[in-house]
Amino acid sequence: MRKGLSPFNIVSLVMGFSFLYLPILLLVLFSFNESKLVTVWGGFSTKWYGEMIRNEGLMDAAWMTLKIAVVSSTFATILGTIAGLVMVRFGSFRGRLLFSGMIYAPLVMPEVITGLSLLLMFVAISLDRGFLTITIAHITFSMCYVAVVVQSRMVTFDQSIEEAALDLGCPPMRTFFTVTLPIIMPAVVSGWLLSFTLSLDDLVIASFTSGPGSTTLPMKIYSSVRLGVTPEINAISTILVGLVTVGVLVASYVSRRQTLIRQRDERLAAAEAT
Amino acid sequence: MVDSTQFISGAIAQTGRIAGLHARLMLIPPYRWLANLRPLPIGRTLLFALILFFAAWSLPGLWPLWLVLAILLAGVAVTGRGAVIALPYAWLLAFFLSPFLIVLKISFAEIASAIPPYTPLFEILWDMEIEEAYLSVKLNIYNYLFLLEDDLYINSYLSSLQIASVSTFLTLLVGYPIAYGMVRAPVQYRTMLLMMVILPFWTSFLIRVYAWIGILKKEGLLNLALMSTGIIDEPLTILNTDTAVYIGIIYSYLPFMVLPLYATLEKMDESLLEAAADLGCHPLKAFWVVTLPLSLPGIVAGCFLVFIPAVGEFVIPDLLGGSETIMIGKTLWAEFFNNRDWPVSSAVAVILLLLLIVPIVAFQRMQENNAKKEA
Amino acid sequence: MMTAIPSGNNRQTTVEAWKDPSQEPYIRLENVTKKFGDFTAVDNISLDIFKSEFFSLLGPSGCGKTTLLRMLAGFEQPTSGRILLDGEDMSKVPPYLRPVNMMFQSYALFPHMNVEKNIAFGLKQDGVPSPEIKTRVDEVISMVQLEQFAKRKPHQLSGGQRQRVALARSLVKKPKMLLLDEPLGALDKKLRTRTQFELMNIQEETGITFVIVTHDQEEAMTVSSRIAVMDHGRIIQTATPTEIYEVPNSRYVANFLGEVNIFEGRVAENARDHVLIQSQEAGCTIRADHGIDAADGATVWVAVRPEKMYINLEAPDDPNTNCMTGQVWDIGYLGNLSIYHIKLDSGTMVTMARTNKERVVERKITWDDRVYVTWAPDAGVVLLS
Repeated sequence: MRKGLSPFNIVSLVMGFSFLYLPILLLVLFSFNESKLVTVWGGFSTKWYGEMIRNEGLMDAAWMTLKIAVVSSTFATILGTIAGLVMVRFGSFRGRLLFSGMIYAPLVMPEVITGLSLLLMFVAISLDRGFLTITIAHITFSMCYVAVVVQSRMVTFDQSIEEAALDLGCPPMRTFFTVTLPIIMPAVVSGWLLSFTLSLDDLVIASFTSGPGSTTLPMKIYSSVRLGVTPEINAISTILVGLVTVGVLVASYVSRRQTLIRQRDERLAAAEAT
Repeated sequence: MVDSTQFISGAIAQTGRIAGLHARLMLIPPYRWLANLRPLPIGRTLLFALILFFAAWSLPGLWPLWLVLAILLAGVAVTGRGAVIALPYAWLLAFFLSPFLIVLKISFAEIASAIPPYTPLFEILWDMEIEEAYLSVKLNIYNYLFLLEDDLYINSYLSSLQIASVSTFLTLLVGYPIAYGMVRAPVQYRTMLLMMVILPFWTSFLIRVYAWIGILKKEGLLNLALMSTGIIDEPLTILNTDTAVYIGIIYSYLPFMVLPLYATLEKMDESLLEAAADLGCHPLKAFWVVTLPLSLPGIVAGCFLVFIPAVGEFVIPDLLGGSETIMIGKTLWAEFFNNRDWPVSSAVAVILLLLLIVPIVAFQRMQENNAKKEA
Repeated sequence: MMTAIPSGNNRQTTVEAWKDPSQEPYIRLENVTKKFGDFTAVDNISLDIFKSEFFSLLGPSGCGKTTLLRMLAGFEQPTSGRILLDGEDMSKVPPYLRPVNMMFQSYALFPHMNVEKNIAFGLKQDGVPSPEIKTRVDEVISMVQLEQFAKRKPHQLSGGQRQRVALARSLVKKPKMLLLDEPLGALDKKLRTRTQFELMNIQEETGITFVIVTHDQEEAMTVSSRIAVMDHGRIIQTATPTEIYEVPNSRYVANFLGEVNIFEGRVAENARDHVLIQSQEAGCTIRADHGIDAADGATVWVAVRPEKMYINLEAPDDPNTNCMTGQVWDIGYLGNLSIYHIKLDSGTMVTMARTNKERVVERKITWDDRVYVTWAPDAGVVLLS
């Protein structure tokens, strides 16, 4: 009886997804508007994309953001993978409660608090604010997301696979690299992608921890949004949204294909056996 | 099936060349000492790491020494699981927990026109008369008193809590039918629908909030659409009001509500509803007495994921809200960036954290339990 | 005790190393205890296993058999006690340095490696040169008949094939001891019976000591040279399958393996070659043809297997034959057997089995008939606990 959609279900799905997607679609649409007025359609044009590329401040910020995102997501993935492993495989150890607290709290901690506290800490150890401080800040909150993603993959996989490796003479460290890591790789990759977009996206924490000369793209977007809606910002937003969408779609296509191939293989194997 | 003449020809081998080598090397004392060196327990590794960290912090000039000690510590711990835990643990202690302690410390300081702009909490002073150094501790609780006296702060906290709870409830109302519809959709579409819920979460938060400005403003698309269809004559003022903030929060946090709801609803055994129907329960009533109670864990998880960050939200009230929309995130931001009063903004952060500590701890325990259940 | 009890199924171990005091045990457990917090999973177990044995740990789930196996593999450390393998103390040796391999219940095949790579994994860890790896992997692959599947990944195999890969992977290192954790649990009944015999062949021909954990008593009876029946972390009895079935040492063991009727009674006469037991439950005096170590008047239990009982419409002639009277309560027809439930005049319900040697057209004995249930004095066993 839960099979099939009732009219109510269809309406709620259609309305829900329109609510989620309409604003973004409108944003994309108006990035191609000839007119400077956001609400008046003045014909199709890509001139705002040209403006955007010629805007040096915007391009510098984009480059800075990209550098921070690559570096921070890489480190966050390493630390977060280890943290996820610790959460699942290390049982109970002294200070585990604090550890899990420090993993889960950043997921919901208001950004203003995280940003302020990191800034005050950087001031206290007199670390010059800039690329390094933003990167450290991004690593800190992204690694928690990676840890959660890796953790949820780890709990579903059979621990005896690791034990089998140990049993066959493979020392623990090598077991991690030859057996565990290849199996959890999809989670590690999606953890990296997630931290990459989180870093690309962050405004509040970056505003606190950045210094002169290290403006990130969200900060740039924020300051021009405060002055009003401009098609140029629509253009760069469109590009960001497009990149992420393509990335996510490709990733989901690849993983779906793999699942399908796998299911087909399993059916074949079962059919062969009988 | 067995053709094992070849197999047994080698007799039973001494398994493992490594094991054999290990056994032989154990006869040589230095190897034996190293092999018998027990890995440092995690507790002690962490303790040493913490001591090292604070030592390095207080005397950063001696960094080569700290580096060598850190490598040594890692080396000793690496034989066991200590180092594996110590690495992320130390990072989070250094960059997540200790900053809070500094916030706490600065919230007791006084504003000063110095760099950094606050007075030190501890000072070693030289007493001229008795010719002795003494430690001066100045705890300034004036910042906290100031927060209590000024209506702005109390109102900010209260209105943040109010806006966050109302919008959490509204998000639940919007999110539940979506999650329910997704579960009832045919299996082959579910993955796609799930992807469609997750996708907005991957796209920039700032951009998604920004998109609403163009829609909600006076000459924006919503008013344009409503006026051209003749529903209204006068443009509505939505942007820069609390309504816009509600819309913004619901929109931005919707995926956080839908995902846990979907997860619990999907796990629900559908024969339960069949049993309810079999026992004479109308489907609508079955929803109230079976589906809803069983999806409670998802509801709670979703509400936490929306409520906690929404209380401290800055971007949404700043871009969509008006001057009368006061939320604590905005107040803290203004205190810090406009007034440059670091001690007071620290005090604001401390109080906000105290308000949120109960939901955060509850959220953490729920996550832990879920992880345990899955394992 | 009864004489001439045949030994285990295994031809190689007909030597019965465990009865020869000059034989050194290959694996020796000395007072091994394992606690998880307050819970004692394995409680002070001492056990000797000899070279080339096919040894079974049998018990219900949660009896500690898997924990014991995991301690042999090195995944768990004993809380106290020692484990000696070929004279060496294994307690401090980590799993990857032990000359012991395990076949996991879930098979634990590496999902990202094909059959060949999975099997070669253990040899690679030991730094065996690759030409040798190749020949040894090929040997075991042909031994388990997986030649045409060598390049497949685990998910492209059926359950039975995966089971063979897991077996081959743990055999290829020629371990001193092979541990099998419910190795056939995931297979269907037909495949399981076939594989049991294959396992026995492999064990005999390789001469590797097998220790198997199972909750399936039939499986344990089929494959083992000896069985240890476990309960609540303790070993209740260690003996050959025949001994375990014919001469259980307690009601627990008698009940655990197969069907059994148990009658409580008091010792009336205890001689060297027989014992008489007054039993209210049976409603008669039971004679058993073996002496026991109990005083007159002590409470004991007589265990009789259903297939060792006879059912008649007339009373037996031999006065020594144990005889009870009752009424047929229910008959279950299983095809090869018919199971009779008989309510004795004392009120006790007795189960007995009859082989259907002729086609059942009309039963001679049917519902509600008054019957005599008899069994020979040497058919039952007197249990002290």
